[in-house]
Amino acid sequence: MQTITHQKTQAWFEACHTHDVPHNGGVCVKYNDQQIALFHFARRGEWYATQNECPHRKQMALSRGMIGTSGDEPKVACPFHKKTFSLITGECISGDECTIKTYEVKVEQGLVYIAVDGHHENY
Amino acid sequence: MKIVIIGNGMVGHKLCEKLIARNSQQSLELVVFGEDTRPAYDRVHLSEFFAGKSARDLELAGYDWYAEHHIKLYTGDPIRSIDPATKTIHSHLGLTENYDYLILATGSAAFVPPIPGVEKEGVFIYRTIEDLELIRDYAPKVKSGAVIGGGLLGLEAAKALIDLGIKEVHVVEFAPRLMPRQVDEAGSKILQTKLEQLGLHIHTNTNTREILGGQNITGLKFSDTEAISTDMLIISAGIKPRDELARHSGLATGNRGGIIVNEKMQTSDPFIYAIGECALYNGMIYGLVAPGYEMADAVASQLMGDNKLFTGFDMSTKLKLIGVDVASFGDPFSTGNAVRTIVLEDQHKNIYKRINLSEDGKQLLGGILIGEADQYNMLLQTCKNKLVLPPDPETIFLGEKNGTVRQGGGVLDLPAEAIICSCEGITKDTICCSVTGQGCESVDTIKKMTKAGTGCGGCVPMIKDLVTGTMKAQGKYLRNSLCEHFSQSRQELFDLIKIHDLKTYDEALDKLGAGHGCEVCKPAIASIIASLWGEMILKKGNDTAQDSNDRFLANIQKGGSYSIVPRIPGGEITPEKLIVIGQVAKKYNLYTKITGGQRIDMFGAHVTDLPLIWEELIAAGFESGHAYGKALRTVKSCVGSTWCRFGLHDSVSFAIRIEERYRGLRAPHKIKSAVSGCIRECAEAQGKDFGIIATEKGWNLFVCGNGGSKPQHALLLASDLDDETCIKYIDRFLMFYIKTADPLTRTATWLNKMDGGIDYLRNVVVNDSLHMAEQWEAEMQALVNSYKCEWKEVVENPELRKRFTHFVNAPEEKDPTIKFEPMRDQKKVADWK
Repeated sequence: MQTITHQKTQAWFEACHTHDVPHNGGVCVKYNDQQIALFHFARRGEWYATQNECPHRKQMALSRGMIGTSGDEPKVACPFHKKTFSLITGECISGDECTIKTYEVKVEQGLVYIAVDGHHENY
Repeated sequence: MKIVIIGNGMVGHKLCEKLIARNSQQSLELVVFGEDTRPAYDRVHLSEFFAGKSARDLELAGYDWYAEHHIKLYTGDPIRSIDPATKTIHSHLGLTENYDYLILATGSAAFVPPIPGVEKEGVFIYRTIEDLELIRDYAPKVKSGAVIGGGLLGLEAAKALIDLGIKEVHVVEFAPRLMPRQVDEAGSKILQTKLEQLGLHIHTNTNTREILGGQNITGLKFSDTEAISTDMLIISAGIKPRDELARHSGLATGNRGGIIVNEKMQTSDPFIYAIGECALYNGMIYGLVAPGYEMADAVASQLMGDNKLFTGFDMSTKLKLIGVDVASFGDPFSTGNAVRTIVLEDQHKNIYKRINLSEDGKQLLGGILIGEADQYNMLLQTCKNKLVLPPDPETIFLGEKNGTVRQGGGVLDLPAEAIICSCEGITKDTICCSVTGQGCESVDTIKKMTKAGTGCGGCVPMIKDLVTGTMKAQGKYLRNSLCEHFSQSRQELFDLIKIHDLKTYDEALDKLGAGHGCEVCKPAIASIIASLWGEMILKKGNDTAQDSNDRFLANIQKGGSYSIVPRIPGGEITPEKLIVIGQVAKKYNLYTKITGGQRIDMFGAHVTDLPLIWEELIAAGFESGHAYGKALRTVKSCVGSTWCRFGLHDSVSFAIRIEERYRGLRAPHKIKSAVSGCIRECAEAQGKDFGIIATEKGWNLFVCGNGGSKPQHALLLASDLDDETCIKYIDRFLMFYIKTADPLTRTATWLNKMDGGIDYLRNVVVNDSLHMAEQWEAEMQALVNSYKCEWKEVVENPELRKRFTHFVNAPEEKDPTIKFEPMRDQKKVADWK
């Protein structure tokens, strides 16, 4: 899992119920004025969260993308132009120079939590 | 060792290449004299000068190449004399060079018969770029032109006149037939008929007595009573070896010209060689480039210490003359008791084919092909390599018509020493070894490595087959794998998913694949499952395997909003339904536009609104138009016989029937169709994956057309069909496509890749050659019966409906980042950032 940069202000945000998220797919979570894409990679028993905006054309779309793996690296493909990003590092793995922000996720008692910064920032 | 070459034509240049290739010791000093003012150029493709190629394009190698290889090249400086005693030569410009070996590659000149009037303006020969420039400059002034000589070069010259825009072109041949050296009488007749159909005026058995006119040519006189008028003339009556320098130096020459050489290409002076069209070997002048190259190779081999000999060369040739294929190979004329001939003479299509067989019918001695020469390469190889013929030898040139499969194997069955590229003398072995040894895996790399295929280019298809064949044999052939998670091709997966009765993407991945999937295999497998079982695509967890558009049953647009296209079968819609579309679009603030497929598209819908919008549309009797899916889109129609005064049949009713039959059908790519009520083709059916056009007697069915980035006309699959047969054929066609095409391959590309093309497809669909028709029709009927409107299911199913929100934790809120701007009384989406 990734390291959080603003350790001091990190907080767990309750996003939704586990059953709100489709298996092996994503949903978009509203956190204040931010949009976070949340993925349940059921085949691997893993949860991931990234910014919802694809940096390529600035579209709020990653939560609607298909997820999968490249080698062992979990990834998401933007539905617009199929740019793919690592769900772990956020790096673009289809050859572009752009990175998306990733968030830590935890599941407790059927609820999904996303680690967010204390500040209200726009990404 | 110092070698001097006189002549810088194609053969002289080839000798330089061959010598350089063998000059690993750097022991050679090479000097070349050329009469021409430019370095060697490609005379075989000289006519392409008129098709826009420049002198530069025709160049074989420029001055740079010669400099780079330390060859001294003097152009525009012919040799005046040779002194064999002192081994020196003297050039016109006063240079003197001594040599260890001298090679004459002086070529030939056009033979101009002594006809009165040849000096008149407007009379040309067809030999060099300069000749062609003169012809090009003269041609705009004239209305008619003539060529004396109906041989290979004469017909090329005639083509050049046509290309230069001259309306009336005559060909005058002294012999009783065209191309007397390559083609027999019956073949010539077919060729003549075909050329006459293309507008050439051909006079065989005709001797030109006089060229008429004052200063400029005005006509040709054949006899006291016969003459034609013409404004220009090209003389192409044969070649005359350039042997004058050799003769003056005391070398032996033939009575009718040519420098006499032995099989080492040595002249009567052992230090002087002659190659190409100036050399007379065994009483014969070889007027083609390939034997000239062979001679160059023999000389290079002799001089560099090997002992390759020239032992005569077969004059097989294939060319396209004014769009007509003409080929002859081996001994085209062999006759006698020990020879059997098989002749095909099709006076309807103007095709002539003749093969000469040995008495036992096992060997091919030679043959002639006019009008269709696709089998030339294989026949030539069969002939040259003395391959044993199949029991029914006619199959080797009748080809694959009428469902019979061609016998006698392909290029892979040839022996290793078979010459594949005659121009460069490259064997099958050399090509295969560059695949296995040097890693050449494309025709281009083979060309670079071996020069095979760089001459006339006729062998390129065989090279391609050899490359793929050799790679396959190595096990190196790239499997047509779907992606890193599935090693199978789409076609294999289709069968496997069916056999294993797999209904979800996850099952397929667990059973047939590895890893956790990706954006390539997910939609491909999901599409196969949809094509096979016809189940609702968002159920059983398959929703997240669908591409985004299929997952939300709408087309995602710039900004993240969606567009909606209800089905309007055949483009027919009632005023009531039009009003509903207007009301819905107004209520949800949607931009409306008529599509190219005779439907109405509503843009700018928030994902949250999609189920609400569809609820209203379905209530008014609409259903999904599948504009988002790799599925049947629309069946366009013209208004047809119900209203149109030209219409033969009711194209709208048939289009509606077709659209309702195949609606929702998932395929490797989208499918479009159209029905036209008459030959005026207002529905543009010939640009569709399958198109139907009314005839007096029924429907003509066209398939595999495409618009888009690479437009392609559809091809006629069957004619004059009744409704039921037409639908049957479409069932079979679509099932065959769905089962065998690669992912995201439209029907046009699918057909282009299909061995045997439309003939094979017709055999499968119409003649049921695979015996699959009954099964495919049944499978299609099952899919038709299982059709349900996807949107109706979503609207009625709360679980499915729940997914149509933007924020999982604020389902009632819309995406605030979607921004619209006003435009022409509607809205448009804000531009990409």
